[in-house]
Amino acid sequence: MTAPSLKIRETAILESTHFQKLLDGLIKRGYQVVGPTLGEDAIVYDELKSVTDLPIGYTDEQEGGKYRIKKQNDKAFFNHTVGPHSWKKFLFPSELRMWKAKRNGNTFRFLTDNEKIKKFAFIGVRSCDIHAIFIQDKVFTGGKFADPHYKLRREGIFILAVNCGKAGGTCFCASMNAGPKVSSGFDLALTEILKNDRHYFIVEIGTELGAGILHEIPYKIANDEEKYAADIVVKKTAEQICKSMDTANIKDLLYKNYEHPRWDDAAKRCLTCANCTMVCPTCFCTTVEDVTDLTGEHAERWRKWDSCFTMDFSYIHGGSIRSSAKSRYRQWMTHKLATWIDQFGTSGCVGCGRCITWCPVAIDITEEVSAIRESEQTTEKKTTEGLEEQRS
Amino acid sequence: MTIKRKPKLAIWKFASCDGCQLSLLDCEDELLAITNRVDIAYFLEATSTVRKGPYDISLVEGSITTQHDVKRIQKIRQNSKLLVTIGACATAGGIQALRNFKNVNDFISLVYAKPQYIETLDKSTPIANHVPVDYELRGCPINKRQLLEVLSAFLHGRKPNTPSYSVCIECKRRFNVCVMVSCGIPCLGPVTHAGCNAICPSYHRGCYGCYGPMETPNTTSLSSQFSQLGLDKDNIVRTFRTFNAYAEPFRKESEAYEK
Ligand code: SF4
Ligand code: SF4
Ligand code: SF4
Ligand code: SF4
Repeated sequence: MTAPSLKIRETAILESTHFQKLLDGLIKRGYQVVGPTLGEDAIVYDELKSVTDLPIGYTDEQEGGKYRIKKQNDKAFFNHTVGPHSWKKFLFPSELRMWKAKRNGNTFRFLTDNEKIKKFAFIGVRSCDIHAIFIQDKVFTGGKFADPHYKLRREGIFILAVNCGKAGGTCFCASMNAGPKVSSGFDLALTEILKNDRHYFIVEIGTELGAGILHEIPYKIANDEEKYAADIVVKKTAEQICKSMDTANIKDLLYKNYEHPRWDDAAKRCLTCANCTMVCPTCFCTTVEDVTDLTGEHAERWRKWDSCFTMDFSYIHGGSIRSSAKSRYRQWMTHKLATWIDQFGTSGCVGCGRCITWCPVAIDITEEVSAIRESEQTTEKKTTEGLEEQRS
Repeated sequence: MTIKRKPKLAIWKFASCDGCQLSLLDCEDELLAITNRVDIAYFLEATSTVRKGPYDISLVEGSITTQHDVKRIQKIRQNSKLLVTIGACATAGGIQALRNFKNVNDFISLVYAKPQYIETLDKSTPIANHVPVDYELRGCPINKRQLLEVLSAFLHGRKPNTPSYSVCIECKRRFNVCVMVSCGIPCLGPVTHAGCNAICPSYHRGCYGCYGPMETPNTTSLSSQFSQLGLDKDNIVRTFRTFNAYAEPFRKESEAYEK
């Protein structure tokens, strides 16, 4: 091939007819390629062998507590937004055996599972989810004790990002500075263009590895007009985002309002079902279950996704600290938006909207924040009004 | 805790369909291991050989529906170190507790040719209404994996892993797509006790609540969501009135919609 070599930050053009070659290049390098595919009633993340595994021509419609897939009259690969799954499905398994042990007389012996994981190539990662992966990196590997299971899966993944071509009904990434434009953390970033019967991708090179993979398949260097077309796509998407969250002083706002009546209101609606934490791409809590078999010769320790919405989560001798739904909802929201900042230096929320869509009763984190903020402002306003009244 | 002699196990039946006991017989691969570790002293469903108590562990299936049952469960309690109720009948009164919402004599006169021969209590009630219960295993029927977990935990002196959070947690750990959010199918998962590994949503149906109420069920919020999904009052009553109709949170919710 005679195409010129590619440098980081350069942009190239990939025709959709060559997309399969991109997947083949990854498979050939030994990656386990995963990405969006049509599941039962939703676009989910699963193994991709062929370009036809992508949800071609499908999109989704989302609002609080509601998700529907819809067939469209086009051949778009990525004209959907984020669905019920997130990439933590692969990096942070929902159920994981940590070890097993066998009785050996009066002692026991650990049987180590030599975890062999094929490196993942993630196809179609959105900006919010790249941010979420980097947040979980901090959680699992940022401190003194790195989680070996996470590290093993995370190291050497390939990220093929996609700039969102449409915003979902529950997205608010812009407010969280997490999208919609993919800004870093990718090997290759695509913008999908369907125009006048032509279907192609504008590809931004993020790493040498990305450049190398693209170099093996037919591409051309993007001209200014094509680069501009990519900018227009994300700009339009940004304009479509209809949800927002005012994050100014959010930490203080929530810390000052632990007793705000809005928490009681949310608690009336909240089912404490934990769906929001399960779908959240940054939530990282787990519980541990130790099991033995009937013979007592074998024991195993399992780690499973847990949630601050369960009673056991805050159980210490004698009872659960957070026994009310109010205290659990408050824990969840203040962790995502405030205490996370103290703990990890960033927000725990990337504005992906999953917790809003997949909450069975449509509780909306952005609405809860604004309700608290509004009445806070009213109190402040009232005070000034009061002062003015006194003055006059 | 090490028990030198084999612990004695008894399985008792009250008003029930036998389905939960069958879950024990269904442990085909593990049955041998069970009999190696425990001495099955009373299990009429499997053998007519009956050995006398006291028993180390009694599994109790079924609800209390007659005066005779009341006396019998008290005797069983006196004879058992550990009493574990198995299934929706024993823990909540079962499907037969539907009669608790009406006058039982009306049913008797309709169903039986000679009602004078029928002697029954006016309500079908859970075992715990009559004697102290050490442990409850939920489900209609119980899940054999959970039964083995409870038996293993008992044998090795550890806490059984039978969490009381929502079915949704199991559903999401399996990466199911929520049927309520993606299809508008009413699902009791958010208010139902885990344990089945979200079997119904895995087969694209809403949860029927056969494990009964979870630890902190917000039935009021869920049924107002059901209304928004188009369920009318009668259907909301029916949704909460199945195997665990008489479990308090479900009972109260159905009664609220009956008015
Ligand atoms: S809190 Fe909600 S919107 Fe924020 S990252 Fe988690 S799931 Fe997404
Ligand atoms: S919000 Fe709850 S489940 Fe999520 S990380 Fe925080 S404590 Fe854990
Ligand atoms: S906010 Fe919604 S998803 Fe989260 S626990 Fe409450 S009801 Fe469930
Ligand atoms: S399908 Fe039912 S059990 Fe599963 S997450 Fe949805 S509401 Fe919960």
